[in-house]
Amino acid sequence: MPDLGLDVLLKGKNLARLLGGLGVAMRISMIAVVISIPLGIILGALMTWKNPVIKAILRVYLEVIRIMPQMVLLFLFYFGTTRAFGIDISGEMASIVVFTLWGTAEMSDLVRGALIAIPVHQYESAEALGFNRMQTYRYIIIPQTVRRLIPLSINLITRMIKTTSLILMIGVVEVLKVGQQIIEANRMVSPNAAFGIYLAIFMLYFFACWPISMLARYLENRWRV
Amino acid sequence: MKDILLKVDNIIKRFDNNTVLNGISFDVHKGEVIVVVGPSGCGKSTLLRCINALEPIQGGSITLEGETINPADKNLTALRQKVGMVFQSYDLFPHLSVLRNITIAPEKVQKRNPKEVEKEALALLERVGLRDRANSFPRELSGGQKQRVAIVRALCMNPDLLLFDEVTAALDPEMVREVLDVMLNLAASGRTMIIVTHEMQFAKAIADRVIFLDAGQIVEEGDPISFFEHPQTDRAQKFLNTFEFESVKNHEK
Ligand SMILES: Nc1ncnc2c1ncn2[C@@H]1O[C@H](COP(=O)(O)OP(=O)(O)O)[C@@H](O)[C@H]1O
Ligand SMILES: [Mg+2]
Repeated sequence: MPDLGLDVLLKGKNLARLLGGLGVAMRISMIAVVISIPLGIILGALMTWKNPVIKAILRVYLEVIRIMPQMVLLFLFYFGTTRAFGIDISGEMASIVVFTLWGTAEMSDLVRGALIAIPVHQYESAEALGFNRMQTYRYIIIPQTVRRLIPLSINLITRMIKTTSLILMIGVVEVLKVGQQIIEANRMVSPNAAFGIYLAIFMLYFFACWPISMLARYLENRWRV
Repeated sequence: MKDILLKVDNIIKRFDNNTVLNGISFDVHKGEVIVVVGPSGCGKSTLLRCINALEPIQGGSITLEGETINPADKNLTALRQKVGMVFQSYDLFPHLSVLRNITIAPEKVQKRNPKEVEKEALALLERVGLRDRANSFPRELSGGQKQRVAIVRALCMNPDLLLFDEVTAALDPEMVREVLDVMLNLAASGRTMIIVTHEMQFAKAIADRVIFLDAGQIVEEGDPISFFEHPQTDRAQKFLNTFEFESVKNHEK
């Protein structure tokens, strides 16, 4: 049997270190998710307003964040803030800021899309039945918006988790970085460690994101409108 | 003559500078079935929407049982409960079951007892032949079934007046009949209704009175026999001819 370098995983605290690295990645993405979702909902609702100034500002924000590769945003925040403003923020902090900016932009676009997808006659039918504005939103519009939104936002969350694999570039020791360190340290004794470690990382990401994706798929089928 | 339920008095409706309803007046008595016909774009939908306060009017007045209908009114919900409306587009709430579509407004708007409302809803569904679809979702129904549910949803509010805006216009031909039959039954049971339709045979059968609308004005008004068989105005004649032409073609086949 070829040496897959799996033994390295079980050596010392290597597996625990990898899990710790995954923990860092999850922590950053979860903090960003928890801030992005409410902010995104507010901005998304604002985008459906008639005010042209608010609309234009939000549009620019959304486009800029989307056009920039996440990597560029990370560099910009991590190195840029230090150089330009003399503020020394940690890699983890920079990552949280960038992921939050990105998550908020994406979420607001999802919310806007879900809101404008509700046909006018849904509002009118509700009104014709005697619902007032509040009741129309509470019983008719928001439940439909949420049903459209939940699977989409779950997908966004998995994208955010996966994208944390970039933050090693600004020195955050997350799971990929830990993996590289382990491979480096074992270069002499087990030259094949790379395969085993990357396989392990693959499995870790998979088991972090897969249940979330399954949930999204389940909700999508259940709430098809 | 029976009591007047609805009084439409010289109403004017404009969208910007486009006058869509230009001095429309008519009364609807309790138990009467009015059919409104007219070429596309003449303002039929707008008329119904004004009656249900979905559109503000720029002149004249609409009164239901002596109360003025005004979209700016605080008491609008109370008025809206007296007027049921069914639209052309299938407008059921897609996230709610058939039964919930029907019961939600009586429960939340009229604050009625949920058990009672459900019983009434099921009885009404039975009457339109959809008792077994109570737990289905709108996406699982055909167009004709959806419209029958929409009618039941309006009925379950126990409105005094029902408005129908071309409810069969978007349906496949084979489903038109089942919806029209429901409306014929409602007429037979003494419901007050204003119906906009392009089904002329149906209009003739159901109407107590026909109103012919053209370019935002009532051009002709009368009982269905006189209107359909001896229209008085050129415009009404021309309008009816467009349907005759179709029926001639059908005979030749
Ligand atoms: N929301 C609106 N804004 C501007 N114009 C409208 C609006 N709704 C209807 N109209 C205009 O009013 C006229 C009558 O429309 P409508 O009542 O829908 O006619 P009908 O139902 O008889 O076909 C049309 O010319 C239409 O373009
Ligand atoms: Mg119309």
